[in-house]
Amino acid sequence: MSALFEYIIRLGDDSLILGHRMSEWCGHGPILEEDIAMTNIALDLVGQATSLLNYAGEVEGKGRDGDKLAFLRYDREYKNTLLVEQPNGDFGTTIMRQFLFDAYRKPLFEKLQNSADKQLSAIAEKSLKETKYHLKHSAEWVIRLGDGTDESHQRIQESLNTLWRYSSDLFYTDDVDTELLSQGIIADITEIRAEWEVTVKNVFEEATLQIPTNNWKQEGGRKGMHSENMGFILAELQYMQRAYPNMEW
Amino acid sequence: MSKKEWPLWEIFIRSKAGLNHKHVGSLRAADAEMAVENARDVYTRRSEGISIWAVESKDVYASDPTEADSLFEPSDSKVYRHPTFYDIPDGISHM
Repeated sequence: MSALFEYIIRLGDDSLILGHRMSEWCGHGPILEEDIAMTNIALDLVGQATSLLNYAGEVEGKGRDGDKLAFLRYDREYKNTLLVEQPNGDFGTTIMRQFLFDAYRKPLFEKLQNSADKQLSAIAEKSLKETKYHLKHSAEWVIRLGDGTDESHQRIQESLNTLWRYSSDLFYTDDVDTELLSQGIIADITEIRAEWEVTVKNVFEEATLQIPTNNWKQEGGRKGMHSENMGFILAELQYMQRAYPNMEW
Repeated sequence: MSKKEWPLWEIFIRSKAGLNHKHVGSLRAADAEMAVENARDVYTRRSEGISIWAVESKDVYASDPTEADSLFEPSDSKVYRHPTFYDIPDGISHM
């Protein structure tokens, strides 16, 4: 499996799985405007997944297109980061998950625009516009929930305490990254992480939230080692295509 | 749990540069920043516009419907108030 294919799959699966999670809010949002906002975000992410997985299929060259990759792989073949498969929980948990993710994606796409790979650079440029809005939306909510009522503050602090352990998996790297870095296709993850840390620190300060001090971290998404959640997600995601092979809308 | 509702905002969208903002509806939001974001999500889903104005409903001063008679009828029955007796040259479509 080429390093480029592996890398695109990682990006594409992040968008696919998080897009799926956000789509679970459809009809269940706490208020109308946020129901629409979250499903808009889901649509943006699914659009990114489409572009990325279609391109991955091209790079692989074995006749798999975006749909086949999205719906027919086995659980350990998905390489999304652990954060995106975590359950939605309450509105604050969804917002916190989105915020930690967006703060990572924005600098990632910004730098990916300069990729030596033209297709990746084009996808990054388009996705960056969406990601900037997602980040603004989630950051504004983190601030309002954190610096809000006693209840909202307590809930979102809980969400942060639960999700923080998955943040280091966002910055996991291995030979795939080393190879692509040497080819000028991706940027150095330490730069992306540095920006993430600044964004996160500033927003949490304004939100009066405490970053958990225990160092426990959970990793493995990029190696296909997922949490228990993945099985349930795939059961829903893949059901139609597996029950009715080759079905189309 | 508080039973207070978020304030109501009136939303105006400008569809193209140079045109006026049109009223498209209202929504509830906690503050001005959220109002614009919510308006973007609710009212610009299908490329309806390039600019959003949000005004708190309480700041909109509206005419009293019971006064509609005295405000608007006088101009209805006076044909000499309307500029309809000019010959408009060809080529001017929006007069």
